[in-house]
Order: sequence, then C-alpha cells, then structure tokens
Amino acid sequence: MSTHIGTAAKRKAPHSHPEPSATKVRRRSPTRVNPALYLFPLPAVAVIAFFLLMPTLQAFQYAITDWNGFSAAFNYVGLDNFIRAFTGDSLFTNALTNNLKFVLLVVIAQTAFSLVLALLLTKNSRGSILLRALFFFPTILSSVSVAFIWKFIYDPNFGLANSVLGAVGLESLQGSYLGNNAQALYWVAVTQVWFHAGQMMVVYIAGLQSIPRELYEAAEMDGANRWQQFKSITWPFVAPATSIVVAYTTVQSFKAFDLILGIAGNPPKGSLDILSTRIYSTFANSEFGYAAAQSIIFMGMIALVTWLQRRLLRLTPKGE
Amino acid sequence: MLASVSRRAILGIYAVIIIVPLTVVGFGSFKSTQELFAGPFSLPQSLSPANYAEVIAGQNLGSSFMNSVIVTAISVPLTLFLASLAGYAVSRLKGFISWAIFGFLVLGMAIPAQANMVPLYVLFGRLGLLDNLAGLVVANVVSTLPIAVFILGGFMRTLPKELYEASSIDGTGPWRTYTSIALPLSAPSVAAAAIFLFVIHWNELLYPLLFIQSPGNRTLPLALLSFQGEFQTNYPLLFAGVILASLPVVVAYVFLQRYFVAGITAGASKG
Repeated sequence: MSTHIGTAAKRKAPHSHPEPSATKVRRRSPTRVNPALYLFPLPAVAVIAFFLLMPTLQAFQYAITDWNGFSAAFNYVGLDNFIRAFTGDSLFTNALTNNLKFVLLVVIAQTAFSLVLALLLTKNSRGSILLRALFFFPTILSSVSVAFIWKFIYDPNFGLANSVLGAVGLESLQGSYLGNNAQALYWVAVTQVWFHAGQMMVVYIAGLQSIPRELYEAAEMDGANRWQQFKSITWPFVAPATSIVVAYTTVQSFKAFDLILGIAGNPPKGSLDILSTRIYSTFANSEFGYAAAQSIIFMGMIALVTWLQRRLLRLTPKGE
Repeated sequence: MLASVSRRAILGIYAVIIIVPLTVVGFGSFKSTQELFAGPFSLPQSLSPANYAEVIAGQNLGSSFMNSVIVTAISVPLTLFLASLAGYAVSRLKGFISWAIFGFLVLGMAIPAQANMVPLYVLFGRLGLLDNLAGLVVANVVSTLPIAVFILGGFMRTLPKELYEASSIDGTGPWRTYTSIALPLSAPSVAAAAIFLFVIHWNELLYPLLFIQSPGNRTLPLALLSFQGEFQTNYPLLFAGVILASLPVVVAYVFLQRYFVAGITAGASKG
C-alpha cells in the first residue's frame, strides 16, 4: 500500500507540492522499486543455479555410487568411496599429504616474501613503481608458460640453475631438482611463489600505505627501534591484508593443478601428485563415483584449512 | 646504511630472478637446441623464425590461438554483461532480497572448479557441450560469474543512490538507468574486471583439458600442455609456444598496467 502512495505522491511532487513535502517524497522514493529490476539478476541466477549449484549437489549424489560414467547401471555404495580414499588408496593419501605440505610451504613462504617486498617498495618512488610492475609480471602469465620456464631452469643437464651454479664454481650445489623425489615438491613451491608473490605484494602495499605516518614518527620519538615499530605498528595494521593474502594463497596453492601438470606432465609422478591432479586422474580412469567423493574431500579440506587459519590469525595480537 | 644495502641486494637479486629467465626464454625461442644449451644467456645468432613457423604451422598453434581468441572474446563480455546486470540490480534493490541475490551469486566463489569436474562433465555431455568451443565459453562464464558479480556489485553499491533516484523521478526505466548511468559510472571497475577475466579466460586450462578431444578445438594452454609430452627437451620450441601464448596478455599489460593491478588485486581480496 505505502508503495502505491509513494508512487503517486512522487509523480505529483515536482509540479504541485511546495518545498517541505518534496523532501519527504525524496526520502520515500527509495522504497519504490521498479518490478522490472527483478529481471536483471535472473540470467546470472539461472546460470549459477543450473551450472554451479546443481552440479555441486550432484557431486554428493555421485559420491555414494560406483558409477563409471558410461553404463546406465550403478550401485549405491554408501560411504565406501570415502573409506577407500582414506584407508585403502595410497595414491590418494599421498596426494593429500603432498597437497597439505605444498599449501603450508607456499602460504608461509609467499606471505613472508610478499610482505618483505611490499615493505621495501612501499614508497611511491619511480624505482619502486618500476620494480612493482616487474615483480607483478609473472602473475599474468599462464601456468603452463610458467611451468615451461621453470622446467628449463630446473633441467638437470642443460638447465639455468645448474649452469649458473657451475659458472660460479658451486658445482657441489648442483642438483636434479624435479628429478629428486624428496625435493621435487619444494622446487615447485619455489616456482609457485615466483609466480604469485608479486600479486600478493600489491595487496600488502595497499595495506601498508594506509598506515598513518605519524604513528612511526611518534614511535621514533619514544625511541622504538625498527623491529619494535614493525611489531607494534606495521604487523597489527596489515592484519587485514595478511588475512586476505593467506586465504587467497591457500586456495591458490590448493588449486595448483595447471602448474603441476605443466611442470610434471599428465599424469604427474607420485611425488608431485596433489588432490586436484589425483581427482583428474581418477576421473580420466572412468571412476566417476570415486572422483566425485574425492572432490568432496577436496572441498572439505579447503574449507577446513581456511577455517583453521582464520582461528589462528585471530590469535595474533592486534594492538599489543 | 646497512639497511639500504640489504634492501638493494634483495630487490636486485629478485629482479634478476625474474628478468633473466624471461630473457632466456625470449632469446631461446630463436635458437636451435644446440645453440640454447651451449649458451643460454647469449643473444641468438640469428632471428630465425623457424621455431615459430614450426609451432604455428607444424603444430597447429595458429588454430589454437584463434580458438583462444574466439572463446575469450565471447566469454569476457558475456560474463561482464551478466555480472553487471546482477550487480546493478543488487545495488538498487533493498533489504533481504538484495543480500540474498548477492550472497547466492557470490557463494559460488567458494566452490573450486576442480571440485566440480565430474558432474559438470556429465551435464555438458547431456547438453552437447563437450568438445566444442561453446562449452568452453559456458564453463568460463559459470566459473567466473561469482567473482565478477563480487567485483562489479561491490563497486555499484558504492555509487550514490541519488543518481538513480534522480533518473527514476525523470521517469527513466531501469534499463536506461543501467546503460546510461550505472555502466558509465562503473567504467573503472568494469575495466578492472574485464582485465581480470581476460587473464583467467585466456589462460584457462582445466576446462579445455576436461572437455576438448579434437586437436582442432584445442585452446592455447591445452595445445602447449600437449607439447610437454611431445617435445620433452626441445626447449626452443616450447619457448616459442610460451611467447605466442603470452603475447596478447603481455601487450595488454604494457598498455593497461593500472587496470591489471586493480583487477587482479580486486580478484584477490575476495577472501
């Protein structure tokens, strides 16, 4: 009812009403919504419902079957796929362990390193702006391109890393990098940090530039040294940026699918297999039901790790 | 003093770690395998386009390039269109319904594409979207719509309401308000979102890998990936492929750097 009155009043407003009621009308007008407006989000809602929500729900349904993707017949197997993933499938538990290790390594290294870069490039000098553009650059490349570049760096016979080490007389440090199963995951983590640290640096720079300069001046007058200033001003103030960086890096490194396939081939060897590549291999092996169950574990892992991090980050002192 | 020396050292070393590999790739794409292995850092002896000719014609990277252009050229504007329509509505609707629509659309960001591959493959199979470019367009739109709504809707919410109200008093319908007020005023965020989507769609690997069977329908990242098995250590050939696949994004980065940083960072702050 009131909407109707508002509509009528507004139509008349410019012509027949004096000043005071015109302001009243203007305050009311937001309640009037053109019904056509409800049509605008419909295409997006339909697309998401049909191609994202429905398949996600279906994944739960497939996960409790032994469907192979082709035959019409399949059996409901309850939680067997989940039990198999955790207890009877060393390929899967290996990928899970690798993935958690990879996420932990990349999150710590990338967060720390991007903060260091941001601290060194906070000021808007010409040199800083140029270096920021350079450090950001790898982020825009495709994962497969980055993978090929680093495949060459790591090549044990002809690669850049070993040539440089050889040239400066450090032959003893030369290695086989990706060929060394005990180290391969660490070297891919290095690549991942090279790939995306510049992007996270930009997030940190925005956070750092919002810190009022006076705080540092006051701290300096109180005789606080660099480290004390960092601990009591910088770190608490960039906490929002840190939580963005950590959350984003976590999801990004859980999904390092493209980089792993590019650098290790498809399917990747065991020491470089992560959850997404394992799901893909299971899927490619026509075990649709089991792959769906693995996908659900994968989603659960991302949610769990993200939740844990939020709890941990909340424990960091805010203004001590 | 010490601080400034170590600052320069860290920045300098990292700059080298980025510049040198990229230079080696650029030079290497003109070299033969022997020449590359003999001196990876040296300038190429000649600017012979042999590697490029081989990947473009011999390995059909030319047609993959065109496929990537087609898919990206359709999926980026389509995503922007759907997302800006939804973002606009969300910015003008009030109360619960506005939050519900925004929340529903944005929640999709929490579902990683790789978690959805099995049901999506089955659904695409039923709809005849496997092994064709249309399927890739649909997959790109679906996977990036949530984040595009997040970026555009978030921006449009900050536009002053008075602008909309003024135009609705003038009797302008929502479509006119959308095209003549909301979109032009959101131009910076649309540009940032466009760049963000361009980079993601151009570099997308998972969906082509899942859906595409025929070599003629491969996009660039998938074609490159297939090189990995075929040309194990023929790095010059791989490098020529890398340069071709990166060229459009790099050129865009040189000219539109500001939007890149804004777009990719807006995408990152979704956490």
